[in-house]
Amino acid sequence: MHFGLSEEQEMIVSTVRSFVENEIYPHEAEVERTGEVPHALAQKIKDKVLELGFYACNFPEEVGGAGLSHLDFTLVERELGRGSMALTHFFGRPQNILMACNEEQRERYLLPAVRGERMDALAMTEPDAGSDVRGMKCSAVRQGSDWVVNGSKHFISGADHADFFIVFIATGVDETPKGPKKRITTFLVDRGTPGFEVRDGYRSVSHRGYKNCILEFDDCRLPDAQVLGEVDGGFAVMNEWLYATRLTVAAFSVGRARRCFDYALSYAAERKQFGQHIGKFQGVSFQIADMITDIDASDLLTLSAAWRLDQDLPANREIASAKVHATEMLAKVTDTTLQIYGGMGLMDDFPIERFWRDARVERIWDGTSEIQRHIISRDLLRPLGA
Amino acid sequence: MKVLVPVKRVIDYNVKVRVKADGSGVDLANVKMSMNPFDEISVEQAIRLKEAGQADEVVAVSIGVKQSQETLRTALAMGADRAILVVATDDVHNDIEPLAVAKILKAIVDEEQPGLVLCGKQAIDNDMNATGQMLAALMGWSQATFASEVSIEGDKAKVTREVDGGLQTIEVSMPTVITVDLRLNEPRYASLPNIMKAKKKPLDEKTPEDYGVDVSNRLEIVKTEEPEARAAGIKVGSVDELVEKLKEAGAV
Ligand SMILES: Cc1cc2nc3c(=O)[nH]c(=O)nc-3n(C[C@H](O)[C@H](O)[C@H](O)COP(=O)(O)OP(=O)(O)OC[C@H]3O[C@@H](n4cnc5c(N)ncnc54)[C@H](O)[C@@H]3O)c2cc1C
Repeated sequence: MHFGLSEEQEMIVSTVRSFVENEIYPHEAEVERTGEVPHALAQKIKDKVLELGFYACNFPEEVGGAGLSHLDFTLVERELGRGSMALTHFFGRPQNILMACNEEQRERYLLPAVRGERMDALAMTEPDAGSDVRGMKCSAVRQGSDWVVNGSKHFISGADHADFFIVFIATGVDETPKGPKKRITTFLVDRGTPGFEVRDGYRSVSHRGYKNCILEFDDCRLPDAQVLGEVDGGFAVMNEWLYATRLTVAAFSVGRARRCFDYALSYAAERKQFGQHIGKFQGVSFQIADMITDIDASDLLTLSAAWRLDQDLPANREIASAKVHATEMLAKVTDTTLQIYGGMGLMDDFPIERFWRDARVERIWDGTSEIQRHIISRDLLRPLGA
Repeated sequence: MKVLVPVKRVIDYNVKVRVKADGSGVDLANVKMSMNPFDEISVEQAIRLKEAGQADEVVAVSIGVKQSQETLRTALAMGADRAILVVATDDVHNDIEPLAVAKILKAIVDEEQPGLVLCGKQAIDNDMNATGQMLAALMGWSQATFASEVSIEGDKAKVTREVDGGLQTIEVSMPTVITVDLRLNEPRYASLPNIMKAKKKPLDEKTPEDYGVDVSNRLEIVKTEEPEARAAGIKVGSVDELVEKLKEAGAV
């Protein structure tokens, strides 16, 4: 067993780390204050990442990506987790579900996405269908050779900058012994398609500047050419390609926690009360000990789940464990760091309050903690008939 | 023209340095190490010369512990063509002295015949600021130190130097040793394709014996001390108060 990184992995980590420190950190306060990423800044970040060959590094080489393994890509995500998500969005990791494009769709969606010419967003969630994806109401019906779509999606991240959308839509119902079950199809929808509108979403406490939007379909006509994968094959596409996305949330959380922890550590070593460094008080020092132990544990869970993906080993439960552990660890680490900072931790003079706010969404999106626990426990209990 | 770029593995500039309990030096166990920042600038300059068609090969050299290989891989990932690692010690706390380094570099220069050696002006660990100068002396070459601008025309190099209170421009004949200062350029990030290619680039491993150089230390470190802690500052409410305080402190 070998726990070290290879020389290439070390270089990937240090390059992405310096990139985040030099190209992302300086703009964070402004994005936080305005809640916006100016277009010129987004373009500048994108251009630099394209030049460095990191754009779409999660895609295979034959479509113009860098062909990173799951483990290498997880290291990239981990380092990006340090920086503001509103800004690292432009580091460019299009949804790998685009690999399901057919030849003709490749030219219109996959390749331009990998080249950084078109940005994507992915839409599953609806006001009445969150964890219960299959409960979606947004539906498409056949009319001639087209599909006519009605309904809406909400909480769609990055939709404000997206040129096209990967949308999951109900295309029928199957009667099963357990009751009716919706059939789902994945569609590619261009911004500007008649009957399709992107509206401003809600203001979130987490990740200011990384906006979520509402998508509205009102008799929107989509030809068959817009179907990604097979008609009624939405769940197959989802299971094949969206399986590993949860791991990026775990990786983000580990990177962010390490950045936050550095603040806690140095403050504990510098701040004095009662004539000594607060880190000398056991009440503080043990919190430091617990934090680093939790961070390291999450890091190992995350990297080993990525390693399992690379080995083609079953990883569903391991990814869920990494996601739930890392996101709950991040909540603890940001909260404890804030506590160590005392009142100053709440003030926006330091990024701690932001880390604390940002951390909250990680336990919710890409499958809530409860859903991850459901996945973990079903994986263990179902084979036993329970 | 071939360009030789010596690079040193040093304590990362972000690391808070701690003096070892016995005062024999700085604690380097388990701390982050990186390429000396001035050497990043010389690697960058060498690659720019290559991109401008003025150099055809960039060779990076590192002398020190075996782990300096990582530093050389970084140089290769930035764009150097090949690397030479001289494993001169297995103790991270044993800093090979400038004269020994310069002698090994001389042997490498004799073998490689570069037209230019680009060094950092100093390493940020011991701040010796001597290796480049010593190498030039050993070679009997010209030298241009603290370069903030370099242009090469034929067999001459025009170098702007950062000196106390201003800039000085000199012309030296090639081959030459140039040591680079902070403002010469802004080093690039290693691109992902270059990181992936770096492993396939040749890296020769050597020892000081291969070059017949004795690397035993001649200097003795008597004592290493932490700099005195800076006294806490005070906040002033107005410009008048500031002037008054400065007067009190005898600063104006
Ligand atoms: C900022 C933000 C950005 C987002 N971006 C996107 C995006 O880009 N694309 C997209 O499609 N979606 C996106 N989402 C949606 C996100 O994935 C959902 O919020 C998430 O899946 C939970 O759905 P919900 O919010 O409707 O909560 P619900 O599903 O209504 O859950 C409410 C509560 O019930 C619990 N619960 C539900 N079912 C079970 C169960 N079976 N067992 C135990 N507990 C259960 C949940 O854990 C939760 O605590 C985003 C969400 C947010 C907040």
